Amino acid sequence: MQWETVIGLEIHAQLSTQSKIFSASATTFGAEPNTQASLVDLGMPGTLPVLNAEAVRMACQFGLAIDAEIAERNVFARKNYFYPDLPKGYQTSQMDQPIVGKGFLDITLEDGTVKRIGITRAHLEEDAGKSLHEDFHGMSGIDLNRAGTPLLEIVSEPDIRSAKEAVAYVKAIHALVRYLGICDGNMAEGSLRCDCNVSVRPVGQAEFGTRAEIKNVNSFRFIEKAINHEVQRQIELIEDGGKVVQETRLYDPNKDQTRSMRSKEEANDYRYFPCPDLLPVVIERSFLDELRTGLPELPPQKRERFESQFGLSTYDASVLSASRELADYFEVVEKTCGDAKLSANWVMGELSSLLNKEGLEIEQSPVSAEQLGSLILRIKDNTISGKIAKMVFEALAAGEGASADEIIEKKGLKQVTDSGAIEAMLDEVLAANAEQVEQYRASDEAKRGKMFGFFVGQAMKASKGKANPGQVNELLKKKLEG
Amino acid sequence: MHQLTLAEIARGLADKQFSAEELSRSLLARIAQLDPQLNSFITVTEDLALEQAKAADARRAAGENSPLLGAPIAHKDLFCTNGVLTSCGSKILTGFKAPYDATVVEKLKAAGTVTLGKLNMDEFAMGSANESSHYGPVKNPWDTSRVPGGSSGGSAAAVAARLLPAATGTDTGGSIRQPAALTNLTGIKPTYGRVSRWGMIAYASSLDQGGPLARTAEDCALLLGAMAGFDSKDSTSVDQPVDDYLASLAQPLAGLRIGLPKEYFGAGLDARIGEKVMAVVEELKKLGATVKDISLPNMQHAIPAYYVIAPAEASSNLSRFDGVRFGYRCENPKDLQDLYKRSRGEGFGAEVKRRIMVGTYALSAGYYDAYYIKAQQIRRLIKNDFVAAFKDVDVILGPTTPNLAWKLGEKNADPVSAYLEDIYTITANLAGIPGLSMPAGFVDGLPVGLQLLGNYFQEGRLLNVAHQYQQVSDWHKATPAGF
Repeated sequence: MQWETVIGLEIHAQLSTQSKIFSASATTFGAEPNTQASLVDLGMPGTLPVLNAEAVRMACQFGLAIDAEIAERNVFARKNYFYPDLPKGYQTSQMDQPIVGKGFLDITLEDGTVKRIGITRAHLEEDAGKSLHEDFHGMSGIDLNRAGTPLLEIVSEPDIRSAKEAVAYVKAIHALVRYLGICDGNMAEGSLRCDCNVSVRPVGQAEFGTRAEIKNVNSFRFIEKAINHEVQRQIELIEDGGKVVQETRLYDPNKDQTRSMRSKEEANDYRYFPCPDLLPVVIERSFLDELRTGLPELPPQKRERFESQFGLSTYDASVLSASRELADYFEVVEKTCGDAKLSANWVMGELSSLLNKEGLEIEQSPVSAEQLGSLILRIKDNTISGKIAKMVFEALAAGEGASADEIIEKKGLKQVTDSGAIEAMLDEVLAANAEQVEQYRASDEAKRGKMFGFFVGQAMKASKGKANPGQVNELLKKKLEG
Repeated sequence: MHQLTLAEIARGLADKQFSAEELSRSLLARIAQLDPQLNSFITVTEDLALEQAKAADARRAAGENSPLLGAPIAHKDLFCTNGVLTSCGSKILTGFKAPYDATVVEKLKAAGTVTLGKLNMDEFAMGSANESSHYGPVKNPWDTSRVPGGSSGGSAAAVAARLLPAATGTDTGGSIRQPAALTNLTGIKPTYGRVSRWGMIAYASSLDQGGPLARTAEDCALLLGAMAGFDSKDSTSVDQPVDDYLASLAQPLAGLRIGLPKEYFGAGLDARIGEKVMAVVEELKKLGATVKDISLPNMQHAIPAYYVIAPAEASSNLSRFDGVRFGYRCENPKDLQDLYKRSRGEGFGAEVKRRIMVGTYALSAGYYDAYYIKAQQIRRLIKNDFVAAFKDVDVILGPTTPNLAWKLGEKNADPVSAYLEDIYTITANLAGIPGLSMPAGFVDGLPVGLQLLGNYFQEGRLLNVAHQYQQVSDWHKATPAGF
């Protein structure tokens, strides 16, 4: 049987406010345990929450960016359950009146097609603390520094059909919140966390299968692996005559498998009700209008501009607009060299693989956008060949010179375009390979074509790559035919 | 000295008839001597009191002359007081010394009051008899075999017995007004949002409101003026200037329009209480008031609505008492569930557990709409009744309680009969309007309380009516025998 995968994602984005959502404590990551927990964060009797206006502003910005309905009135509710790192015994969240309503986000798939993913809602809530199970001799420690950190929970429609689409969607959300400057997107530190709702159904079936929720999958790679694993598990289960049960599962990256955490029957009844300590939040139209005017150019608009202004493919344009920093880098390269296509190729090619290899972010690139732009200029004006350019790029990355020109000069990499010099060099090459020349001249067209490459290779080798490849081709042909 | 009201103390201190230290020493001695009969204090803060009294005397010597400077008071034991046990009358807060002052405590401190201690109360303010305290029941000074009312029963008993001139209390369904009525005091529950709830340990957040209990309306005006005001730490506090309550006391009652709701004088009311209340109405007429019969048709639904909303909020508010971070923790928990179950099972008393269970049930999936949502709808109807009534009248008048103070233990077997004692007071909390109880006479030697309800932020008008009545009556001056 053919199976279709159905995925909906819940993404928790930590908002990068200075202070917590309901108290004045700082939100810096990595501080000594419980040094950033005020009376409110500790759930001290008698303490009360006061809403951080900055968190509301950020949530509204997100709402505007996904073309969502933003209700005039939203309400905080209490989600009641007991857990040691949940100091009040309830999480202040939003239930039936969230701040951000229905919206959507367009994602670009690997084949360049654009898919629209519906966003059901996004709501504000407070994060819990952390339980620490090591170093306490069989007991547990509790760190409440994170308790009360503002979160925006972004819930997608079940519009996603594969693990790859899920990753593309999370990447798009990641890019968006970073463009907006409302979340640092640091997945390793938990600033962006993802729960995946996964189900399968026979192709053509209208109703959804029973879903399992995979909790807290914290990297793009793990999202893909966890979903693929879960899909496989569900298909095998059903094909073996079993049934998927609605449950929460945990992904174990070490074993690359998911395991059951709790079933629907064990699920808490959270007894949501409006939080009586907080008033409903009223959002004025004028406030939204002001925010809308202040929004930066967002990934979808940037992608479209890259396509129309630079003639890039949808895929290239979406890769380059995926992060604000990458897009900015690309635009400087393009401006410096005036060639968008070459700029895109270099940024997505050599530069990306260098950064990947070194584990660096674009902001940390050892080759600046101006350096790369000037390097591309030298390809365009035939000072160096593409192949030599790669050498120059590596030298720039290694810090062997301040500019492409300096390295070309210092290493003597300037392309040889003097036809006399090239002819002399070719004569030497042909003399050294007299036997092959004989064979070539005795062969038919088809065979000659294959052998020609051999001579080009020998010639480039002899010139240490510096000979202008176009001229080499042309002159070599003349000499061999002649 | 113990017979002096706050206003008289202010004059005495200003005239240097006595010092704040002398006054505090005298009252502390009286507490030590008499409170064993009443059990109104959970903690007596003698050292703190003397230190504050000396500081007040020094401030006065330096020329300061504010009315509450050196005035001795005490706080209901749910107001957090920095470094002092704040118990809520519960075992679960065993050893909990609050690390901060409630806004009310801070404001009264700044005004120069001297804190004599922390007062007994129904556990987590849940009760109408002050019998649910982990620290034992409080007795009514008018008859120590009877209850003083609750939940601010310690505050009421201590002030009625002249152990101190005034105290703070809180009122969620009548917890200031009902004990005031049962002990011959004046007490006011302000408009919801008038007094900050920061540091006031919550029972039911949307209903709780702090206020004073004293022997006169004037003293309530004095104290409330210092307690009230906007607080940026409480999102439900209202950013509106505080009226000058003392200034409003003197206004004549000519032209005052009083509404008498028929629902307050029907079945269930002790007829002798009704007579006393109507006698006061006659006196108010002589002072120039006019009277109109009115109706508050949704009052009959108030008790069921209250006993859904208050326990629902309480079930969530009390979740933080889990044995993890502060207060009581059970011995040798074997795992997390055991820690929760036994800490809470052993730490909470029966009435608190009953309300947590009721509230948990009311909020449960499948019941929420039928109970919580329905109760909120009733709440809106009750509020609308008042809004309509206040178009025609300035104050609504009736009895504070349907019955006189009952015997200790009398209603323990039947919680619902105790819940019904709140029938006249609960509506003000549901609507968020201010309510005041004042002495209206005695039946069989037991005090009768009269309640005045006002429109939003009309505390000044309520205090004014009570004060004017107290200028022509003596009920509030009566002292319980033996005190």
